[in-house]
Amino acid sequence: MDFTFDSEQNDLREAVRGLLERAYGDSEQRRRVTGTDPGFDEKTWSRLAEMGLLGLPFAEEHGGMGAGPIEVAIVAEEIGRVLAPEPFVEAVVLAGGLVAAVGTDAQKSEILAGIAEGTTLAALAHAEPDTRWSPSAAAVTATQDGDSWTLTGVKEPVLHGARADVLVVSAVIDGGTALFLVRGDAAGLTRTGYRTHDGSRAAAVRFASIPAELLGEGSADRTAEIERVLAEGRIAYAHEAIGSMDTALRTTAEYLKTRKQFGVTLNRFQALTFRAADMYVSLELARSTALWASMVADAGGDVVAAADRARLQTSRAGRHIGKEAIQLHGGIGVTAEYTVGHHTSRLTAIDHVLGDGDWALSRLAADVTGHETVDPLGAPYTS
Amino acid sequence: MRLQLSPELEAFREEMRTFFTTQVPQEIRDTVAARRHLSKEQYVEAMRTLNAAGLAVPHWPVEWGGRGWTPLQMHIWREEMQLACVPEPLPFNASMIGPVIAAFGSQEQKERFLPKTANIDIWWCQGFSEPDAGSDLASLRTTAVRDGDDWVVNGQKTWTTLGQHADWIFCLVRTDPTAEKKQRGISLLVFPMDAPGVTLRPIQLIDGSHEVNEVFFEDVRVPAENLIGEENRGWDYAKFLLGNERVGIARIGSSKRLLAQAKAYAREVTVGGRPLIEEPRMADRIAELENELLALELTALRVVAHSADGKSHPASSVLKLRGSELQQDITELVVDIAGPLSLSSFADGGSEVPDWARVATPEYLNYRKVSIYGGSNEVQRTIIAGTILGL
Repeated sequence: MDFTFDSEQNDLREAVRGLLERAYGDSEQRRRVTGTDPGFDEKTWSRLAEMGLLGLPFAEEHGGMGAGPIEVAIVAEEIGRVLAPEPFVEAVVLAGGLVAAVGTDAQKSEILAGIAEGTTLAALAHAEPDTRWSPSAAAVTATQDGDSWTLTGVKEPVLHGARADVLVVSAVIDGGTALFLVRGDAAGLTRTGYRTHDGSRAAAVRFASIPAELLGEGSADRTAEIERVLAEGRIAYAHEAIGSMDTALRTTAEYLKTRKQFGVTLNRFQALTFRAADMYVSLELARSTALWASMVADAGGDVVAAADRARLQTSRAGRHIGKEAIQLHGGIGVTAEYTVGHHTSRLTAIDHVLGDGDWALSRLAADVTGHETVDPLGAPYTS
Repeated sequence: MRLQLSPELEAFREEMRTFFTTQVPQEIRDTVAARRHLSKEQYVEAMRTLNAAGLAVPHWPVEWGGRGWTPLQMHIWREEMQLACVPEPLPFNASMIGPVIAAFGSQEQKERFLPKTANIDIWWCQGFSEPDAGSDLASLRTTAVRDGDDWVVNGQKTWTTLGQHADWIFCLVRTDPTAEKKQRGISLLVFPMDAPGVTLRPIQLIDGSHEVNEVFFEDVRVPAENLIGEENRGWDYAKFLLGNERVGIARIGSSKRLLAQAKAYAREVTVGGRPLIEEPRMADRIAELENELLALELTALRVVAHSADGKSHPASSVLKLRGSELQQDITELVVDIAGPLSLSSFADGGSEVPDWARVATPEYLNYRKVSIYGGSNEVQRTIIAGTILGL
């Protein structure tokens, strides 16, 4: 049991922080970047690729760094700290993660190498208008004709779906959900992109009998793999949320020390400082849970259960800290030119991408009789 | 970053678990599991069992019975003890006055008191709070005036927990009323509870229990050799002592045990023929508490790993704050599981109500104390806001 980062991990954090501070240390820069499509900075994206971050969790033979969940967590937290709009979790952990999990060697060599080099932006097209955080596809169907497949239906919201060079698409087949690759320039593919409230981008992606390439060997049900990669995404997002909450709290504390009303700085009002103290409590409890979930993933334990626990804790913390950060600032907290409201918006988005706190809670509640106590160092979390 | 305990720590955990579940008398552990108050004899027997095995005061200096364990070992020791429903070594002895005497007492005082304190041959009680000195402890007014070779003590202490069992009291007294800062004029005296002029009056609590007391001092003569450390330095010792008091105050193992019991109760109670635990709202509430407790346990593990240099991690105040809230939330849950059965608190023979449901409300009411003692949660928020957030 060890919660300390090793020196290489600390170096990684410093390097990522340096790069992202240069890009977004000035929050106006983020506003400019998110104000125009594709909603992130292609140059910063290339720099992340040069640093090896876009191939961080992929095997070296596929152009990656062969790093683990802890390194992914470090990068995600630094992304969250400055609200960097680059789609690290979306492209690397989710879309790339599924290619790594089920792709053929040839698919991995091509797609993962492209993601790692920053030349292929991959997006996961999994959510559907009538689904709610399910690991299965519902209304998007795949039809087989000999060796070829076609997809029909609508995926939405697909994060960065309009800009993506390749889409990893889930679709219903006989006996479950399979995964497919669809190129961004595929004929008959309709992508309607739009801005999301947190400055990111999403799209409605319509498949009208679009030819698609089956991901992996054979048309097996991939629900379990999807569930696992979504869990890894939840954990990575938990760390992104931790980074964001940390900044929101620091910014709030700084504001309380400088803003004056009634002739004194706001930190003279216990009604405010006690609420800031409670924000700190929420943050540190969520941080511990997120770090633990990453360690569970690293140790090969039950990543799905651990991710649900991290999701619940960070959902509660994110809402608490996001809302209080604005309230303790007052009116300036809801203005677009000030940063703290953007953190609240991003935390709200993260909360709804892969399952919110109540969703995670209902999954945990369904298993509440399955164990006497929760032992973080025991089964099923240690393998 | 590594999830698993090292093989050595895994073995250590197993050793603790085995000892606590096999060597401490079952009848004492059953009393704790039933959430009943322990008798003086049960406390003493449990602590002596631990002391005989070197498990009563592992955090003390090695020459006085300490084990030189790491903070993580201490954490495992405490958690396993609580999970096994073993009463913890009497805090007044093991966590409060013992470490103070070991750190600041004279060699004579160490020899005189420490072995008896570890073995509970002396049962200590705490003379800190006063009617007008609660969170603002430094305002205490009990005085000690030097008269020849004695100190003469006058005044009143309150909230003296289990003072009815105590042989000795450690007492903060004002020895220099002229000191410019009120913290500067305080000293730490120890004396027997049966010394002439000491009167103990029980305070009955809302749960019907007698746990705390008022203690009155009228011209109590205390030999000068019973001053611990230096005169007028008592505030430093008090801060040292209260710092130790907060260690382990989160009582995570104990909360885990009670939550596991609550789940068993919620299976036992049925609504329309279905176990209560199958009601979605009940299952959600339990699952949320389990997750909150997990988050707290992980934070405790993270904090202890960082406090190896003796400096506590800034997040440690989170432990007292959340730990006490969760203890309260879980006792509240048990009352709600008991539902109407919770009214039968003082039922005796002839009642159909199970024992756990009878003790549920008294314990819930009693546990309002945990967010008050050991530095109230408002004091913890002040610490977090001030020392961590710089507010």
